[in-house]
Amino acid sequence: MATETAPPPAVARDERVRRVRLVSRLLSRPELGAVVGLVVVWTFFAVVAFDNNFVSWSATAAILNRSAPLGILAVAVALLMIAGEFDLSIGSILGFSGMAIMLLVTPEAAGGFGWSLWPAILVALSLAVLTGLVNGWLVITTRLPSFIITLGTLFIFRGLTVAITRLRTNRTQLGNLDEVPGFDLTRKLFAAKLTLFGTNFNVSILWWVGLTLLATWVLLRTRQGNWIFGTGGAVDAARNVGVPVRAVKMALFLTTATAGFLVAAIQAVEFTGADTLRGQGQEFQAIIAAVVGGCLLTGGYGSAVGASVGALIFGLVQQGIVITGIQGDWYQVFIGGVLVVAVILNNFVRLKAAARR
Amino acid sequence: MSSNGSPLLEVKGISKFFGSVIALKDVSMFVRAGEVTCLLGDNGAGKSTLIKTLSGVYRADEGEYLFEGEPMDFRSPRDALERGIATVYQDLAMIPLLSIWRNFFLGSEPTRGWGPFRRYDVEYATATTRGELSKMGIDIRDPDQPVGTLSGGERQSVAIARAVHFGAKVLILDEPTASLGVKQAGVVLRYIVQAKQRGIGVIFISHNPHHAYPVGDHFVILRRGQVYGDFTRNKLALEGLVQMMAGGEELENLAHELERAAAGGAAAEDLRKAAALLEAETGTREDREPPPGPAPRPGG
Repeated sequence: MATETAPPPAVARDERVRRVRLVSRLLSRPELGAVVGLVVVWTFFAVVAFDNNFVSWSATAAILNRSAPLGILAVAVALLMIAGEFDLSIGSILGFSGMAIMLLVTPEAAGGFGWSLWPAILVALSLAVLTGLVNGWLVITTRLPSFIITLGTLFIFRGLTVAITRLRTNRTQLGNLDEVPGFDLTRKLFAAKLTLFGTNFNVSILWWVGLTLLATWVLLRTRQGNWIFGTGGAVDAARNVGVPVRAVKMALFLTTATAGFLVAAIQAVEFTGADTLRGQGQEFQAIIAAVVGGCLLTGGYGSAVGASVGALIFGLVQQGIVITGIQGDWYQVFIGGVLVVAVILNNFVRLKAAARR
Repeated sequence: MSSNGSPLLEVKGISKFFGSVIALKDVSMFVRAGEVTCLLGDNGAGKSTLIKTLSGVYRADEGEYLFEGEPMDFRSPRDALERGIATVYQDLAMIPLLSIWRNFFLGSEPTRGWGPFRRYDVEYATATTRGELSKMGIDIRDPDQPVGTLSGGERQSVAIARAVHFGAKVLILDEPTASLGVKQAGVVLRYIVQAKQRGIGVIFISHNPHHAYPVGDHFVILRRGQVYGDFTRNKLALEGLVQMMAGGEELENLAHELERAAAGGAAAEDLRKAAALLEAETGTREDREPPPGPAPRPGG
């Protein structure tokens, strides 16, 4: 009470506090760690693989093309993680949706349904939404950790994909999507190539950037974004002040499922087919990208831009290893290392941000 | 102080049972606008049950709940909040990683624009947060800083300011000073007085008579699920309050018992000291709960 009554020393102290705060303010941005990591990893490959033409438009396009699908998943997963939940089944939903499209359009003679492409895409989207509903409903009604629930649905959705596909077609891969009516329009939407600087960029990069911007806007500039942070930060406190925490969680499980569908559609059109095992392991890569991008595993903190940068680091490492000619086996070591360093850094940053002055 | 007649919030003869356990029995209490009713009691006295009944979490099994003279039957805390009964819980008030202004408006965010362009009015939210806090005499450096960087007292103060801003007529404060140091507790007590001066009825739950006495207009003492007494401030001295809080005569009996034991026992000196300490404590010691036994607590 009496400490605020001495003006001269207070001013001097205030100035010192401000200087320190500028640093801690920068540190408190969730995506800072990822941006630093991105610069470090890029510089590393730029030096090591300079002679292999790493610093070029074609290499950059290859990196972005690789990063885009994971980036789309990572942004959705990041939103859900900020709300304090996981979706480990997103990779299975990806495989499930891709196979749903292919099964519906495959001719009846080959065990499919012989639909045209657009109805198939809409039904596959509905099925993906249904998987999201199942995840959300199970998590909300049982109140069990979503880690366990979606670990279960990871196997259920994948198992269904494999079993149904084999039952109907006796195969695990379906192709020839380009022979189905309506393919040209979907190609423009999901798999167009944009030629810039004499090299090809996939249109999925636009989807990725657009969704990152949308997610960032929702998080930082809408009430729903505030609810996402509140739900993950302290669910009881949020509920006490009237945040509809169940609706928030449900909406985000639907978001991750829809993201899984979108990537499935992009890849099915791009590769003109689907594989029952597509998307396997993507759930972990998406979580790693989100964590590298500053999301806390405990929820309540993180950013969509950070998750996108995390996905970009993945693409950078994958492509960098290819270009450099390092044995591909080292990729996992590299990614694991990046994850551990990112978590240590994030933990440090969070302690700094939450520490009492 | 008790000039403005009828109570704002009143419960009459309420009871709450959990199976065979009688948590509250025939409890009556009230708060008037612009007054502070202190609710005091030891652990297990039924304070939490009473707060939860007042704030709409539980429904009483017997008795009447009157708000502004009308009988109420709240089904959820949200119902109570809509009528203007706001509860600030000790630990559940704030989300540490979220900035002050985001916390302040969480669940009641102001928006601008329409349709898909409806967005969180950030400028209004930050300006209002700063304004409301300064009205309560809280000077925050930066509304953008996470609540986790605030001290416990500041956090409670922000929660109180928030409840006041959103039109609380009755403010229920669950042990707002319990985990705070002397200075911090002082800050919170000052905001309680501020809220009272703005015409809000405050129900202040506390373990600590030293915190309750300076701000309270009257004191309801709860013991073993029943109201032990309801005293206005001018009829009660601080010492009397401390005595009743600590369960006065029980402690005296314990002190005598210890003295007798000390007279014959081997560790006579130690026990005599403990007894003396205990006697002193019933009068003056500042603590938030009565001592559980003869052993002096560390640092006490």
